[in-house]
Amino acid sequence: MDLTLKVWRQAGPKAEGRMKTYPAPDVSPEMSFLEMLDVVNQGLEENGEEPIVFDHDCREGICGACSLMIDGVAHGPQAGTTACQLHMRHFKDGDEITIEPWRAAGFPVIKDLMVDRSAFDRIIQAGGFISINTGSAPDANEVLVPKVDADQAFEAAACIGCGACVAQCPNGAAQLFTSAKVSHLGLVPQGQPERDQRVISMVAQMEDEAFGSCTNHRECEAVCPKEISIDFIARMNRDYLKARLSSRAK
Amino acid sequence: MLNARIPSGPIDKKWDQHRFDLKLVNPANKRKFDVIVVGTGLAGGSAAATLAELGYNVKAFCFQDSPRRAHSIAAQGGINAAKNYQNDGDSIYRLFYDTVKGGDYRSREANVYRLAQVSVNIIDQCAAQGVPFAREYGGTLDNRSFGGAQVSRTFYARGQTGQQLLLGAYQALERQIASGKVEMFPRTEMLDVVLVDGRARGIVVRNLVTGEISSHAGDAVVLATGGYSNVFFLSTNAKNCNVTAAWRAHRRGAHFANPCFTQIHPTCIPVSGDYQSKLTLMSESLRNDGRIWVPKKKGDKRPANQIPENERDYYLERKYPSFGNLVPRDVASRNAKDVCDEGRGVGPTGLGVYLDFAEAIGRLGKKAISDRYGNLFQMYEKITGEDPYEVPMRIYPALHYTMGGLWVDYNLMTSVEGLYAIGEANFSDHGANRLGASALMQGLADGYFVLPYTIGDYLSQHMGEKITTDHPAFAATEAEVRDQAKKLLAINGSRTVDSFHRELGQLMWDHCGMARNEAGLKSALEKIPALEEEFWNDVKVVGSAESVNQSLEKAGRVADFFELGKLMCHDALERTESCGGHFREESQTPEGEALRKDEEFSYVSAWGYNPDGPPKLNKEELEFEYVKLTQRSYK
Repeated sequence: MDLTLKVWRQAGPKAEGRMKTYPAPDVSPEMSFLEMLDVVNQGLEENGEEPIVFDHDCREGICGACSLMIDGVAHGPQAGTTACQLHMRHFKDGDEITIEPWRAAGFPVIKDLMVDRSAFDRIIQAGGFISINTGSAPDANEVLVPKVDADQAFEAAACIGCGACVAQCPNGAAQLFTSAKVSHLGLVPQGQPERDQRVISMVAQMEDEAFGSCTNHRECEAVCPKEISIDFIARMNRDYLKARLSSRAK
Repeated sequence: MLNARIPSGPIDKKWDQHRFDLKLVNPANKRKFDVIVVGTGLAGGSAAATLAELGYNVKAFCFQDSPRRAHSIAAQGGINAAKNYQNDGDSIYRLFYDTVKGGDYRSREANVYRLAQVSVNIIDQCAAQGVPFAREYGGTLDNRSFGGAQVSRTFYARGQTGQQLLLGAYQALERQIASGKVEMFPRTEMLDVVLVDGRARGIVVRNLVTGEISSHAGDAVVLATGGYSNVFFLSTNAKNCNVTAAWRAHRRGAHFANPCFTQIHPTCIPVSGDYQSKLTLMSESLRNDGRIWVPKKKGDKRPANQIPENERDYYLERKYPSFGNLVPRDVASRNAKDVCDEGRGVGPTGLGVYLDFAEAIGRLGKKAISDRYGNLFQMYEKITGEDPYEVPMRIYPALHYTMGGLWVDYNLMTSVEGLYAIGEANFSDHGANRLGASALMQGLADGYFVLPYTIGDYLSQHMGEKITTDHPAFAATEAEVRDQAKKLLAINGSRTVDSFHRELGQLMWDHCGMARNEAGLKSALEKIPALEEEFWNDVKVVGSAESVNQSLEKAGRVADFFELGKLMCHDALERTESCGGHFREESQTPEGEALRKDEEFSYVSAWGYNPDGPPKLNKEELEFEYVKLTQRSYK
């Protein structure tokens, strides 16, 4: 099939960007979306033009590197799927496809479709961990974790940190990402000693970054490639309130 | 002959005694040492975090935008540990024995025993970090069984064990970044190691955003930069995995061990076209219920469901009646290649075999199959657009893991003083074949529990020998790195980097892939240098060195893959035996199975770099005091 791509090109963080149109001829339905971009890039390079820059790595939907707004939807039209696992059979001959980077104040553009997501790392640095030095752990079976809690913790821990939630949110809010880590660690017994301080510190860091506020649009949940539920946001809000009222946390 | 510095004494006492003998750095002095860690996967992330907890100043580097994205994240199955929680007869000794045997007797006994010993600590550490392992209803940890073992010792977190273990290490690392003990450099690629008086004293890196080349000095350098399967272009590795850090270290004097020991995974989704960018693994567990077959007739293009039962060849069941579809990875892979070479392969490219669930669905019902493999069937359908409940899956082997890597001694130090290699980047523990669920174990063993001890022994002997990047060795190395980028950009030829990489990959697959022979390896050793020369004359790298330039990044990596490819062929040519993942067609049993030559080849091939001629072979003899060498049979 023959497609037309409208792609955001931006030479650098401070440069002005614009949409540019490229033909994508002879696209096979078996190709992944990123392979289609690879082929377009090969053509650009052969003509001496700079290829379109985009983040990608594992191409198995788990590393969280790919970050494309495809026709205005983070990761494109297929639910529960990262852009790297999206295949061209979901498009048809003659389609015009718009490809943009994550658009959020919290994720400034570096070049073309590549953005800076270091704000997520800083949120984890604020408390997204359990403080346990190597070597000081008790035997793994000494701490029992009810299966239901372990399973629910896993659902939250499945977050791949791609940032689709922020990109799709009209407010550019990072609540789904932050709440997933707060909930993962808050659901297991090992995470209890730091539970109050963790939620307060992580939320404070999230607010210090250039993310917006959550106003329950639920767009994050709809585009999350790991289908993480916004129930975790509610859970984080409860934890936050409780922690605020407790005397221990600062 | 290389000295691996293996401690003396009985195998179960070696590590304990060694830990006692190692010199210590006292707590107040640790902050006087700077350690550079390159790579932040399971090995590098866990090492950086642990070294910082101990009090060392750590600088950590990764080319990804965040340490959380290292390729360890893609590991699916699980992590082995000799906990014996299932009371089924597991022990440290059994895990040790299984791993040496699984490696087809080409690994170092002392290292593997230590690996089995610390495996139990890894699970404790990860559970304490909050890793959401699968649990029983009573709240204890669940286990499953895995290939190459008769006990259930694999801990797992659904099909995302690598991700969850990596996030545990990443969170420990982020905690140390917050405390100021680790300085993190994401989107930064190491391009050379700097030696002063023969010792590793720093690295030269390129900032992948600004293009800036800079130097970092330290008291020791740790490479945790993963494997090199991407020399084949198509592999299950992430697109950006590369050999550059390890290769540049090799060029500076670090021996490269057993480069031809590569692992091919039998159950991957086949290539669908010449645009293919990578291959996707389907869990090996599918072979428990799926039946593998191809048509008996050559070139039979009928759809699978129109080929009657008596015209199908269930070749694994036919050739290996006792193991059937469950033969080990290398045997399953080679047989798939053989039937495709005969012209009986299926699918549009003819490079595929059927993995058929019709019989299992008939016997157990669709529901039971969906409970077992639902997520895998869904993933397969996402990628291929075919429904495996209705038509058989098509699978083909693909490059997956590299057992070879930088040679290290018992302390994980390479042949360059002060330069360490951990995780998949070293060669140490898997011999000629790695067992499932052992890669995660080794990466975390090295990073959490081995390197943090052994590095102190080296550092304690070099107190007060500070160096800064003002030393002329840094400027000289930086100049070489800049020159290479300039050279690549100046060629301005007609072919893209990817087109060269694909062609190199095809050569490697054809001649140094699943089966190797003398004629093929010799022809590869003529074709690769010719292609390499063409690369240096005709590659086209667009853009500049002063901003994000993914083509330039790839070009530097492919330049190193050419050199590695040649070394792999040399190694495969020299080792005229078959063992594990290395199958020399000249060395097989009458039934066509891999035939080891223990008298001749019980050694590690540690190659030295030689810019002016063939690589120089150094040998480390392997001695087996505890494990009995036997020929594998799966008939």
